[in-house]
Amino acid sequence: MIDYQVGGDGVATIALDMADRPMNVLNDESTEAIGEAVRRAISDEAVSGAIVTSRKNDFMAGADLTVLLGERDPRVHMGRCRQLQQIWRDIETGGKPFVAAINGTALGGGFELCLACHYRVAANNSRSQIGLPEVSIGLLPGSGGTQRLPRMIGIAKALPLLLEGTRHSPAEALEAGLVDAVVSSDGLLDAARKWLQEDGNAVKPWDERGFAMPGPRVQSPEGYMLLVPAIARMREKTRGNYPAPLAIMSCVYEGCQVEIDTGLKIEARQFAHLAAGDAAQNMIRSLFFSMGDANRLKRRPMDIERRTFTKIGVLGAGMMGSGIACAAAEAGLEVVLVDTTPDLADEGKAYSGSVFDRNVTRGRMTRAERDRALRRISPTSDFAVLAGCELVIEAVFEDQAVKADVIAETEAAVGEDGFFASNTSTLPITGLAEASVRPERFVGMHFFSPAERMKLVEVIRAEKTSDDTVAAAMDLSRQLRKTPILVNDSRGFFTSRVINTYLNEGRTLLAEGVSPALVENAAKLAGLPIGPLALSDEVSLELEHRILNQTKAALGDDFVERSGDAVIETFVERLRRPGRKAGKGFYDYPEDGRKSLWPGLSDIYPRAAFQTDTEAVKKRLLFVQGLEAARCLEEGVVSGPEDADVASILGWGFPSYLGGVLSMVHSVGVETFVSDCEALAAIHGPRFGPPDYLRTLISEGRHLYAA
Amino acid sequence: MTDAYIYDAVRTPRGEGKPKGALNEVSPVRLAAAALAALRDRNDLDTSCVDDVVLGCSEPAGEQGAVIARSAVLMADYDQSVSGVQINRFCASGLEAVNMAAAQVMAGQADLAIGGGVESMSRVAMASSGGAWFADPQVAFKTYYVQQGISADLIATKYGFSRDDVDAYAVESQKRAAEAWDDGRFKESVVPVKDQNDAIILDRDEHVRPDTDMQALAALNPAFEEMGRDLGFDSVILQRYPEVERIDHVHHAGNSSGIVDGAGAVLVGSREIGDSLGLKPRARIRNFGSIGSEPSIMLTGPAPVTRKVLARGGMETGDIDLYELNEAFAAVVLRYMQDLGVPHDRINVNGGAIAMGHPLGATGAMILGTLLDELERRDLETGLCTLCIGAGMGVAMVIERV
Repeated sequence: MIDYQVGGDGVATIALDMADRPMNVLNDESTEAIGEAVRRAISDEAVSGAIVTSRKNDFMAGADLTVLLGERDPRVHMGRCRQLQQIWRDIETGGKPFVAAINGTALGGGFELCLACHYRVAANNSRSQIGLPEVSIGLLPGSGGTQRLPRMIGIAKALPLLLEGTRHSPAEALEAGLVDAVVSSDGLLDAARKWLQEDGNAVKPWDERGFAMPGPRVQSPEGYMLLVPAIARMREKTRGNYPAPLAIMSCVYEGCQVEIDTGLKIEARQFAHLAAGDAAQNMIRSLFFSMGDANRLKRRPMDIERRTFTKIGVLGAGMMGSGIACAAAEAGLEVVLVDTTPDLADEGKAYSGSVFDRNVTRGRMTRAERDRALRRISPTSDFAVLAGCELVIEAVFEDQAVKADVIAETEAAVGEDGFFASNTSTLPITGLAEASVRPERFVGMHFFSPAERMKLVEVIRAEKTSDDTVAAAMDLSRQLRKTPILVNDSRGFFTSRVINTYLNEGRTLLAEGVSPALVENAAKLAGLPIGPLALSDEVSLELEHRILNQTKAALGDDFVERSGDAVIETFVERLRRPGRKAGKGFYDYPEDGRKSLWPGLSDIYPRAAFQTDTEAVKKRLLFVQGLEAARCLEEGVVSGPEDADVASILGWGFPSYLGGVLSMVHSVGVETFVSDCEALAAIHGPRFGPPDYLRTLISEGRHLYAA
Repeated sequence: MTDAYIYDAVRTPRGEGKPKGALNEVSPVRLAAAALAALRDRNDLDTSCVDDVVLGCSEPAGEQGAVIARSAVLMADYDQSVSGVQINRFCASGLEAVNMAAAQVMAGQADLAIGGGVESMSRVAMASSGGAWFADPQVAFKTYYVQQGISADLIATKYGFSRDDVDAYAVESQKRAAEAWDDGRFKESVVPVKDQNDAIILDRDEHVRPDTDMQALAALNPAFEEMGRDLGFDSVILQRYPEVERIDHVHHAGNSSGIVDGAGAVLVGSREIGDSLGLKPRARIRNFGSIGSEPSIMLTGPAPVTRKVLARGGMETGDIDLYELNEAFAAVVLRYMQDLGVPHDRINVNGGAIAMGHPLGATGAMILGTLLDELERRDLETGLCTLCIGAGMGVAMVIERV
């Protein structure tokens, strides 16, 4: 666990080295061991100072989140927090100089250990990340981070780092004042030792009399100038849904007006409250564990060897095709980009050029990397060029016949070894695969727009898709730095099915006479990135109209009209307001200015005398999605709630404070969710009827998640 | 219960609340003392009969701190037996001070008391006394704190007042104030601020711009648009009012209350003390009260507090001859008129704070005096005085002439 050694010069080295783990983390065991080592160094008269470092590649990752997940008793979190705080405080006030020799990544609690030391020297390791990212999983730095950082670098600089959870390279950390020196890896321990010998000041500024905060004090005009807008911007960003940023601000505001020991108590109470709360639990479950599992391809068929692709084809150089080609080229793959004419294909490639140019401007790519990436894309109108592509993704017009043509041409060009993936968002894959001569090598890969940026890929297994093909699609997704979720074929797959219920509910509320501003704002208050009416305009009502008609035709007598379908027809057929591209839909899109809701909405759908309250609108917009996701789980479209959660967060920005669409149901409580939905169904109709799957969970005493 | 009567009301002129303002050189304690001295001198008052001096001040920090009322009592050479207390109800402090003075009389615990207020905005900046309301993240978050101007802009947006509406109101306020000054309607109550040599420092409200017209106002940029957009305040208040699509920023320096310096004081007492001192009562205080309202929109308190005090007195809006509602922002008055159906020719008939300025802690006492003067000039009976208040409150008082 810890390698403790005292050198001839009286310098103790406390090296963290947890067995059976790739990274050092903070859990009960390691906390105990570190505390023991610290006490030993302080009490041993032969020891003059100590170096804290790690024997692993990285310094320490932070808290062991398995310990946090499922623990809903704040007293337990409080106890752990206070214990850590005490050890760090012992380091700080023990009278002997401690130096942190940060050999690799030091995040969260790991970096808070460094902050407790009297000096921090980091190895100039380009992979290293240094910072306090707790906020990103709904927590705050609970072992002194919110107290020491502002006392070191001032409130003005500390607040943004704490609120954004910024991760720094060693050079950036030096610039920000998080570490005192950056040296080469070889010289790290020497530099630490040198500081102990030459300086070795073992008293922190805030433990000296007359300590003054660097920069403005909280209670000062400058402090107010900083805090007051920061609180407003925090609400603007969180919409009041994420408790961690508020708790962090309170730790800084309250804690920086008192002595550090009092500040630490304030911090521990806030931490315990967050850690035991719904938002942090949801975020840890979905953003850390479920997302991690998805990225490790937990659902991938196991016994198939991992593939690395070198060359793929993309059919259709429109928005989606160009984006996919861009992502592939950036990830180092050769891409053949096919469209009907060379000009169209060239245009698709030019898109990547503009994306890469932006990356260069923002320092995310060098000029040379840009040139290399762009050269990987070969635009063409000739299917024969596809020869040698290991997988071809089609992103052509959403029409069964058009797709059938390109499938045939592609399969002729690539031969038997190639895989074929369709990026359709609306047509069932099993049906498309009928046009293929090799349906077992045919799979759905549903990307999201803009494809070079959006992280999710729905990998759709059709009736005849082989395990090998599924594995290939998932491997390629990872290679493109995407997160795949595996779904079974169904109209709309998983994501479109759920999003459609959201769009439909928005249109239904509108038709009921609820103020359209309220519909849109309630959605955003619930944490969704875009209101259902604005999203309808983006997707285009015309497209929805076409899908509606396709679905009607495909389902015949089985077609069931949805509550908001009439609104689509009104807007497309009667009002000719088909959406954003046309410059008019639910919104007006003036060429020189911000979009605004079309004033005519209130003529078509007169404001109801009784306006539904905001919470009720939020609930409908959220729960209707939870229901559809539960139906997908029931039907086996997704294999588990974690897939639904990851897909909803990455696919359409379902808020992570709820943990994704099914974590929401879990944290509301399945029982409450079902009874609330029954009440909604009684008023609004069967679309709110809860699926039997959820009732069975209740009757069998089971849960969506264990924790 | 004892009836409380208003025997007199005075105010200093209002100086521009900036370094070049005429009253910038006068400390707030001297402003307050000047108002107290004037009450004494005009009424030949034996100050040992005054039980208490209640002064409102919305930034009781620095030289306005340490119970400025007691210092003002002593600096005005009142008898040392007179106590002083400083109270804070933000913008309604001056009226609240009169309410509290009257309450002591009505409760039979004081015979004669002074309520008033003081604010030197040029010397003690806003937010000088700090506060949990806007700076403590927990409080600001819970209350959806935004700058008042954003609240005023929301009132305009939510209740349908356009930029033209608020500007037209401001032009009218300037016109009324200028006419009132020209007509000498403030002459009786405004006491010039003088120096040690008896030389006049200021004898007239400095902020009035009689030549203000729609065109001049149209040239002004909305004052709160940038802050609303860039600092997140628009988003905060829209989260509280999600039925509003976006804030139409209509307020600016020309249709909002002016930042000024000044003090005011009102002499309140029982009928008996008046008789024994030979004072003639000018009005009886009928009712007063305060309410809390939604803190983010903040400035809509005057209507509910008006309803409350009228109901308590068994009155209706039609029973009130004249209204004074502090012109914090044009939309505040427009909304009040819209909400209660008060016609424009019965409210703020001599202009208001848009023209003459709003010395936060003093204004309530000042406009109460203005209301009383005008009731007398028009020979009307009843008047209601009210103000909107930070963090969502309202204070009002109903008076009737005797």
